[in-house]
Amino acid sequence: MKYVDEFRDGELARGLARRIAAAARAGRRYSFMEFCGGHTHAISRYGLADLLPPQLRMIHGPGCPVCVLPIGRVDLAIALAAERGVILASYGDTLRIPASGGLSLLKAKAAGADVRMIYSSAEALALARDNPGREVVFFAIGFETTTPPTAVVIREAARLGLDNFSVLCCHVLTPSAIGHILSSPEVRSLGSVPIDGFVGPAHVSTVIGSRPYEYFAEEYRKPVVIAGFEPLDLLQAILMLVEQVNFGVARVENQFARAVTREGNLKAQDLVAEVFELRREFEWRGLGTVPYSALQIRARYARFDAERRFALAYRPVADHKACECGAILRGLKAPWDCKVFGTACTPETPLGSCMVSSEGACAAHYSYGRFRAVA
Amino acid sequence: MSQRRRGYARPLDLGGKVDLSHGAGGRTAAQLIEQLFAAALDNEFLAQGDDGAVLPMPPGRLVMSTDSHVVSPLFFPGGDIGCLSVHGSINDVAVMGAQPLYLAAGFILEEGFPLADLARIVGSMGQAARDAGVPVVAGDTKVVERGSGDGVFITTTAVGVLRDGLNLSGSRAQAGDAILISGHIGDHGMAIMACREGLGFASPIVSDTASLHGLIADLLASGAAVHALRDPTRGGLATTLNEIAAQSAVGMLLREDAIPLRREVAAACELLGLDPLYVANEGKLVAVVGGNDAERALAALRAHPLGRDAAIIGAVHVDPQHFVQMVTAPGGRRMVDWLAGEQLPRIC
Repeated sequence: MKYVDEFRDGELARGLARRIAAAARAGRRYSFMEFCGGHTHAISRYGLADLLPPQLRMIHGPGCPVCVLPIGRVDLAIALAAERGVILASYGDTLRIPASGGLSLLKAKAAGADVRMIYSSAEALALARDNPGREVVFFAIGFETTTPPTAVVIREAARLGLDNFSVLCCHVLTPSAIGHILSSPEVRSLGSVPIDGFVGPAHVSTVIGSRPYEYFAEEYRKPVVIAGFEPLDLLQAILMLVEQVNFGVARVENQFARAVTREGNLKAQDLVAEVFELRREFEWRGLGTVPYSALQIRARYARFDAERRFALAYRPVADHKACECGAILRGLKAPWDCKVFGTACTPETPLGSCMVSSEGACAAHYSYGRFRAVA
Repeated sequence: MSQRRRGYARPLDLGGKVDLSHGAGGRTAAQLIEQLFAAALDNEFLAQGDDGAVLPMPPGRLVMSTDSHVVSPLFFPGGDIGCLSVHGSINDVAVMGAQPLYLAAGFILEEGFPLADLARIVGSMGQAARDAGVPVVAGDTKVVERGSGDGVFITTTAVGVLRDGLNLSGSRAQAGDAILISGHIGDHGMAIMACREGLGFASPIVSDTASLHGLIADLLASGAAVHALRDPTRGGLATTLNEIAAQSAVGMLLREDAIPLRREVAAACELLGLDPLYVANEGKLVAVVGGNDAERALAALRAHPLGRDAAIIGAVHVDPQHFVQMVTAPGGRRMVDWLAGEQLPRIC
């Protein structure tokens, strides 16, 4: 397949692996965080750990939309579907996130709530058009990649004058999360999470561009290399990070130049700015409450905001006691450090959100890499 | 079918729809059976017309399997629910090494289903059964009220005969065995998904639905030491191999670059965020054979039209964890795990 096979070529991959091994200095440790769940998945799916030298470690970051969604937000969606009689539409993995009282949207659906799995935001809008007598709520989650499609349907709903469609907006912002991790005591003072650099997100960066990362490179002296999601993209980005560390520089470099520009997708950015504004604070699973880290719907589109329409009040809920998702999302622990990993918590019966999405660190390690823990 | 005077019933109106009387056992039901089912599936055993078919039985052991079919859409590139239901049960019997002999079919029809579509489906079943040389010797039809079904559901049961001395089982894979697949993976599942998601390709993905007993007979006749055969349907190649690994208490190591995969199937999987290892096949065979016989088995498969693209994709080894692993194209190692829940597209 064109534009895919080229980026999975075994010969080129082994060549890059040899160059990384040659560049990585003996006696020095390299720790890089791949922020994005798409990269976490690719690293596990292609077994890239086997191609990296022993002194180089990848830390899985919190860039998995399902993983960082706190229980309280899922509870809101379940309450809408189960108690308010709405048609609740959301993306597949969202339906499996464990929420309060042993519930999930999937279990609420089995108990009679009208929950629909959709592939695109346009399907949620179509549901509202096809069911004029019913309230339809789109449970919208995700980073900057999935935000523009949500903006499109809100604008479209306004244009059509739909009065039965609203959005439970849980869109979050990548730069805020990276900034939060970098300014955390674990990274800054305690040194318990050594981060020498970041692999920057692929699809998110097509929207926001590479410019937002320049602040991290400058302020925190951490190199950032934006990378595509294919194995060769990742290996090349890791080589670029190793070289920056060796030279003692911290720059933003763009390995994914075939899709990402410095300015990003201005049209999408304008669209998002028209429909959304910064939320004063938002609770992230693992990171806690992070100021200005998420979006809410602007006042002019208030009638499409499910939180206002249904007067929803957010109530934070603590994670399962044994679950280490929080520490794993901050890079403090690895999946195998968690006592319930692979025992009480499996992809079939997830206790924590990192086991739900295939982009979650726990699900990726369980599904693709757990033979290593045994060997 | 009981004997009835010629011309007694009016010809079935193929412009009409299934109604509740078609399942009520009265004259309308008899007309449907005679003019649609019996006409399309015609054979001497079905024509006995009694409550059960009396069948001759060659020497050997009986093998029996049943399979329900609920595919949506009912018609897809490369086939339809009719031929699919014939191939499905035949293959379940064939992978035991048996010669499939007879089929039975049960239909659940939804009120309002177009009779013309039903005729097309049953016609396709008849054709598939004749092509396979396995007659449908018994059947049943029920009609459910509108909203209680999805057009038509078909359950088929196949009976076959297994010669003495031949024992194939998913529990017989052993360290050193080679793992073969008879052709490209994921064709059926992606043909269905492409229809559902409206993915328009210049050349549409075509389902691989087919009866495998001819291919299997050739493989067995090659003299290769065949230990286990299975058709990787729901859950795809990954699920089938995990089943065999668990049943045989062994591990497996696959080579990603050896697994045949069509470009258009790979592309559709990329678009929908699916892993082709977990996508259904309906005309593919997984064979676990003695390591020394791998090439002989491969040659036998490739000599048959359904096995032209067969490949040796991995090997069996000792592993107390019964893990299926794979060397990926870039050269890393990953597990090929059991599917967790349904294979849902990733969300970003």
